[in-house]
Amino acid sequence: MRPFLYSRADGLDHAVQLAREGARPIAGGTNLLDLMKLQIEAPERLVDINRLPLGGIEPDGEGVRIGALVSNSACAADERIRRDYPVLSRAILAGATFQLRNKATTAGNLCQRTRCYYFYNIDTPCNKRRPGSGCSAIGGFNRIHAILGTSDACIATYPGDMAVALAALNAQVEITTAQGRKRHVPVRGFHRLPGDTPEKDNVLEPGDMITAVALPPPAGGRQIYRKVRERSSYAFALVSIAAVVRMEGGKIAAASLAFGGLAHKPWHDPRIDELLAGAMPSDALADKAADLLLEGAQGYGDNDFKIPLARRALKAVLREATGDAA
Amino acid sequence: MPLTINGTERTFDGDPRTTLLDYLRRDCNLTGTKKGCDHGQCGACTVLINGQRINSCLTLAVMHDGDAITTIEGLGDPQNMHPLQAAFVRHDGYQCGYCTPGQICSAKAMLDEAALGWPSFVTPDITGEVRLTRDEIAERMSGNLCRCGAYSNIVDAIVEIMEAQR
Repeated sequence: MRPFLYSRADGLDHAVQLAREGARPIAGGTNLLDLMKLQIEAPERLVDINRLPLGGIEPDGEGVRIGALVSNSACAADERIRRDYPVLSRAILAGATFQLRNKATTAGNLCQRTRCYYFYNIDTPCNKRRPGSGCSAIGGFNRIHAILGTSDACIATYPGDMAVALAALNAQVEITTAQGRKRHVPVRGFHRLPGDTPEKDNVLEPGDMITAVALPPPAGGRQIYRKVRERSSYAFALVSIAAVVRMEGGKIAAASLAFGGLAHKPWHDPRIDELLAGAMPSDALADKAADLLLEGAQGYGDNDFKIPLARRALKAVLREATGDAA
Repeated sequence: MPLTINGTERTFDGDPRTTLLDYLRRDCNLTGTKKGCDHGQCGACTVLINGQRINSCLTLAVMHDGDAITTIEGLGDPQNMHPLQAAFVRHDGYQCGYCTPGQICSAKAMLDEAALGWPSFVTPDITGEVRLTRDEIAERMSGNLCRCGAYSNIVDAIVEIMEAQR
């Protein structure tokens, strides 16, 4: 690990001031410290924000506001989240381990970086780690890589589960800017596609800090998080789907689906939700939804299997969400 | 503010790069906690912070002022073993033993989490009661790898203590 200056923020203003001066916020540290050990990240200054009062889950109108420092464990176990937003509990519990979730925070989880093998191997070119050096995954081993929204510069995926559920729930990220102002960004627009600047994972600007995630009023319906992975626990998603589907009289009244493991961001295609709303569930309908999802899909060799896998997973989730058995 | 390790107050004033794991092993001479992967993937370094299990390799010692840390040495010793330690011995819940301190710290916290009603990924109804089946225990212990493959005996040891606690 490269040397760094460590300071502890004693309030949000202090943290924002240090962040404005270039300090990197650290909370759980489970991803950042891992990357610092490998010298993929080498911040010169860390600001420990663990003592800030951002660790609560509070009612927010008819919704819920989850503080940036709420641990993944606490969020998944919270009674309101379990009852009113079960897809979020399920998604969080699908990721990592109890040890990691006890430390990992809501904001940190959103900001976790890709697990692309080449991003992690400092001996190989990677545009995300060293802009302009090239992408080793294109033409290399790319089993875990993206099939949607890729660019010639990067085919890495966003690896998380929590954000996929937050995208399905249409949650908002509350950001405190370097100037101390608040702004809100929908989770669906928080992460970005790689384009020519894959080093930027999300829309945070220098000095920005996430202070909370706001959930809208409970959507009800059936909520499912389906994760397909290489082993049954403690593995990143090859394909994952968060689904919130409300039925009325045998028809789909409303649906909101988001997908993990397919792109540089949790993937949400509003056309799928629109197609499903008001429709009678059927195999043909699910195929149409998959057609929309996979319209621009491109495999890179080892990850070609994700295209049929995503279709099958989507059809299985819709069957479960709209059928009587689930 | 000092941190407390197994009931003893200590003050950390070393290099901020020092992980809690290295601090425990190198500076506190508490070598029961093991360094496996050093990247949060194996769980050998699991300790309890304020009762919750964490990977001590992925946190900095400097971040733990005021925290109460429990390592395997704080759970029991050869003369006065923690029930889980004794159960691991009875059930042969190890072969080489390297992962064992992490397994036992993890199991201790896992039983506490289940008692609080925390669900896991395999819990059928996440708003209902938690029943620790073998599948539940396997899922909840998936952050602790055992390369000798003593898993079935580890689960046996945990089941025994879980039933004894009822």
